[in-house]
Amino acid sequence: MTLSIDIRKRFEKFKLSVSLEAGVQVTGLLGASGCGKSMTLKCVAGIETPDEGRIVLGDRVLFDSARHINLSPQQRRVGYLFQSYALFPNMTAAQNIAVGGRDRHRRNETVERLIASFYLEDLAGKYPRQLSGGQQQRVALARILASEPEALLLDEPFSALDSYLKWQVELELMDLLAQFSGPVLFVTHSRDEVYHLCQSVCVLNKGRSEAVQPVQTLFESPATLSACLLSGCKNISRAQALPGGRVRALDWGTELACAHPLPDRLAYLGIRAHYLRPVDGPGENRILCPVLRVVEDVFSTVVMLATPGGAAGYSRLRMELPKEDWAALGRPGAIWLELRPGDLLPLTDPFS
Amino acid sequence: MDWYPLLNSLRIALIATACTFFLGILAAHWVSRLPRGIKGVLDCVLTLPLVLPPTVVGFFLLKLMGPNGPMGRLLLALWNKKITMTWHASILAVVIVTFPLMYRTVRGAFEAFDQNLIHAGQTLGRSNTWIFWRVLLPGCKQGLMAGTVLAFARGLGEYGATSMVSGYTPGRTATISTTVYQLWREGNDAQAYQWVLVNLAISFAVLVSINLLERRQKNRRWPVGDSEV
Repeated sequence: MTLSIDIRKRFEKFKLSVSLEAGVQVTGLLGASGCGKSMTLKCVAGIETPDEGRIVLGDRVLFDSARHINLSPQQRRVGYLFQSYALFPNMTAAQNIAVGGRDRHRRNETVERLIASFYLEDLAGKYPRQLSGGQQQRVALARILASEPEALLLDEPFSALDSYLKWQVELELMDLLAQFSGPVLFVTHSRDEVYHLCQSVCVLNKGRSEAVQPVQTLFESPATLSACLLSGCKNISRAQALPGGRVRALDWGTELACAHPLPDRLAYLGIRAHYLRPVDGPGENRILCPVLRVVEDVFSTVVMLATPGGAAGYSRLRMELPKEDWAALGRPGAIWLELRPGDLLPLTDPFS
Repeated sequence: MDWYPLLNSLRIALIATACTFFLGILAAHWVSRLPRGIKGVLDCVLTLPLVLPPTVVGFFLLKLMGPNGPMGRLLLALWNKKITMTWHASILAVVIVTFPLMYRTVRGAFEAFDQNLIHAGQTLGRSNTWIFWRVLLPGCKQGLMAGTVLAFARGLGEYGATSMVSGYTPGRTATISTTVYQLWREGNDAQAYQWVLVNLAISFAVLVSINLLERRQKNRRWPVGDSEV
């Protein structure tokens, strides 16, 4: 079963335009906050109505502006996990799960089965305010599954949790998603969560969706500036293609060889902070970088470096390396840096 | 002492509050889902009795229910009954005067209600009617109670509109407030003081219960992410 979305909705300040197809797997919807991720989910669930477009789940049309089809949320059979879980505060965990039960005659049976499979036996009689964030999420998921949805929408499910709890809940969710047999849309602004939980990912950039791609591709060779930034890359320079596959990095003030094929509308060049390594002297793709600042992180050292292009804004480079590697260099004032051709990410900016 | 005014005031206030309770909730539910423009206009109309002098409300009611008014004529034709100058007329007056208090308090509670809970009910397949009765109303319980208590207190003390539509007939339409006025006019201070004390006791009880409700509301927050256990 696939969930295909092709919708547009106008707001005062921006325009949402999303087009994506999610198969039977977890598809991440990755974007900065305020880019329309949650709005997209709400349109799919039927809570919000797009101005125009089509939403199809399997062989059922949920929304089609041209044919005036707009199913109510009740008819759509799409499970929605809210950021704050939205458990009914006046009902116990078991009563909350029972609300999801579609079939009146089998409701008790369904509730018992879900309580057992979500390890909620001891919590069944408790009210939501008596449950921890992780427990609330388990109840909310059990409640959704009781309603037998054909697709799942998860809206930043970890944002209400402490980082300590998050890891455990993430593992639980991973097990659950493995058992679910329909499409799952997972909204987040965290690249880590996408990497852990999703098989494919769609980047949402200021309300507009980019092509769905496998998660590996996003991290190994992101094609656009926004995908590259969302995948956690911190070093970006404006770039110009030169003959012979070479690139001029305008902000870094140097010419570089790039191992990846250059796109037609090359606009930027990126390189990840932990791929930068100090080398002993000048050479191809090497630049001399004065050290600006050294910041000690928990397990690594972060070094801010100036480039021939300057010592401010995008001209700076951020290098992350193991603490002992940096200590071995002995507080240099400047270092030679190699930007290996295979590590350079050529980027376009399709919506500029 | 003749307790009729207390009895009459209580039954008028109780019946009127029961009407206001349902009318206020229905109006609040209806208005809170309207588009912004119409909402503003309707909101003004429904709140008007709160700011109008009660005598103006009484004047309108007399024009409506009086023997020459449309409603008064209808009642005369159907049952040969006159409604003005009976205690039943006071009920209508009190409903209109207390309605905005209930309506506004409940609308505030509905609008502050977490919309995600409603959306959750919808995506789980439950009907909007079920959500209204089982999720929205229980979630707005404090607001409903506060509105009811306010409406009841206002209804019990209502004077202007009541005295215009029901007048003052001892043993038939006399309420606490019209009795106090009458006793003062007669210079019967001793009895007037007794009714003033009764009135003070009731008002005090109402204020205490409002405060208790508000305190309970403050203690009832739904924590997310941290545990009580």
